Amino acid sequence: MTPQEIHDQLKLKFGDAILEFKPDAVVDPYIQIAPDRPKDVGLYLRDDPALEFDFLMCLSSVDYNDGNLGVVYHLNSLKHEHKITLKVRVSKDAPEVQSVELVWKSANWHEREAYDMMGIRFTAHGDLRRILCPDDWEGHPLRKDYQVQEFYHGIKVPY
Amino acid sequence: MPETKETLETRPPVTSTGKTLRTEEMVLNMGPQHPSTHGVLRLELVVDGEIIVDVTPHIGYLHRCFEKHSEAMTNYQQVIPYADRMDYLASMSMDLGYAVAVEKLLGIKVPERVEYIRVIMVEFQRIASHLIALGTYGLDVGAFTPFLFCFRDRERILDLFEMTCGARLLYNYIWVGGLSHDLPLTFIDKAKEFCEYFKPKIKELNDLLSYNEIFIKRTAHIGVLPAEVAINYGCSGPMLRGSGVNRDLRRNDPYSIYPDFEFDVAVGKGEMGTVGDCWDRYFVRVREMVQSVRILEQALERIPKEGDVQSAVPKRIRPPIGDVYARTESPRGELGFYIISDGSVSPYRVKVRSPAFVNLSVIPEISKGCMIADMVAIVGSVDIVLGEVDR
Repeated sequence: MTPQEIHDQLKLKFGDAILEFKPDAVVDPYIQIAPDRPKDVGLYLRDDPALEFDFLMCLSSVDYNDGNLGVVYHLNSLKHEHKITLKVRVSKDAPEVQSVELVWKSANWHEREAYDMMGIRFTAHGDLRRILCPDDWEGHPLRKDYQVQEFYHGIKVPY
Repeated sequence: MPETKETLETRPPVTSTGKTLRTEEMVLNMGPQHPSTHGVLRLELVVDGEIIVDVTPHIGYLHRCFEKHSEAMTNYQQVIPYADRMDYLASMSMDLGYAVAVEKLLGIKVPERVEYIRVIMVEFQRIASHLIALGTYGLDVGAFTPFLFCFRDRERILDLFEMTCGARLLYNYIWVGGLSHDLPLTFIDKAKEFCEYFKPKIKELNDLLSYNEIFIKRTAHIGVLPAEVAINYGCSGPMLRGSGVNRDLRRNDPYSIYPDFEFDVAVGKGEMGTVGDCWDRYFVRVREMVQSVRILEQALERIPKEGDVQSAVPKRIRPPIGDVYARTESPRGELGFYIISDGSVSPYRVKVRSPAFVNLSVIPEISKGCMIADMVAIVGSVDIVLGEVDR
């Protein structure tokens, strides 16, 4: 299916949760969805026989530097060989996104990474701990306004 | 936990001397410094005697802020040496993954000779990387000789790389739009010589390790990963193909000039045990080396004689505002680069979908109920490189 057809089908099913469709984006077209719906949309995308997006290629977090954070989902279907990109945008003050861990297990670690690096909280994630940084690290390093802490357990951090 | 109860109940509660045996769970740390974790990986095992009840992998010991570094660069080309250092056993593949992503964002087409050289380098890299994977896997389960044999052959590939770009491990060879150097004059002959030399060595490896009775006992039926679990966990590369899924990005989502080559996708068939066990994952890598030699022979035969390898290298890289996700098949699986450009000379955000990171996340799923010694076999069969897991 083309991204246009996928969008039309989603729009028909989810209505308001599908915010925007960008067919002319550089390089891949994407669909913007509401931050409290990724799991529902994901379940439908995975289980509908015409779509069957069974493979989550990548889940990335982004700091848009305009007071918003984002999550980007790259999906692929092994059977139909089509791809689609979903995007979610949340405010930096309350960065809460519905977890897709139950849809694609690979999202478990990707979401933990997004939490660790960007501070996005995934609701209903079973095990949302830091993954790359130590548990007691301060701040989220990949945010554009990140300031590294002066000392970590008495060790000077900035070199 | 229900699993625990089941294990305790099904086990005979009496020892050989007739005494009643009461067991309780214990937490055991494997790593961060442990020879079979291939680097600095810590596995927190909850064990009931010898049987593993639960596993929690702890990673991040080798985190070197690749993504943050990339944002601080003043040029897209400057990211490549950092990409090299992610998967230090397959640097060429990392370079190619990044170059393909930026080229897709820029819409550049590279000359044919460059494409051929890239394929040659990446396939050599695949063989070199698999040789380490297989050699150290043998070492993990107690076979020392295959390790030396594999390193002996890998050394010859490193010699070829050294001849080409001066470096043996971190090459910085594949650039956005081209390559850093052209091939040296004698490279093609030396490479063909290697292919002839290497083909009988695969049989040697099979006789020595693959069909070794002890090795099969240690790996067959162990750590079985069913296909649907592998897909749901996002596994890729030999890990996914070992579970019997016929999928290779070189075939399914082609990049570079892979459609021009004839090769078979190696798939696990469960000859020695169950489809998707450790032996299958191991043997997929052996089969892949055979296919890599096939690709190499075709590429070395057909490579265009003339051509400037730097003609398409952009003087200044300023991609349009937008983002791209491009993926390539690294020796460990699907290597994806998600790059966002804000129209400036340096990337706004680079996210790496590292195959070993995703493959490692399936370990708790496949190792419950096995013995501690099997854990070593399972971790080895995933073939992780911690540099790439932690980035």
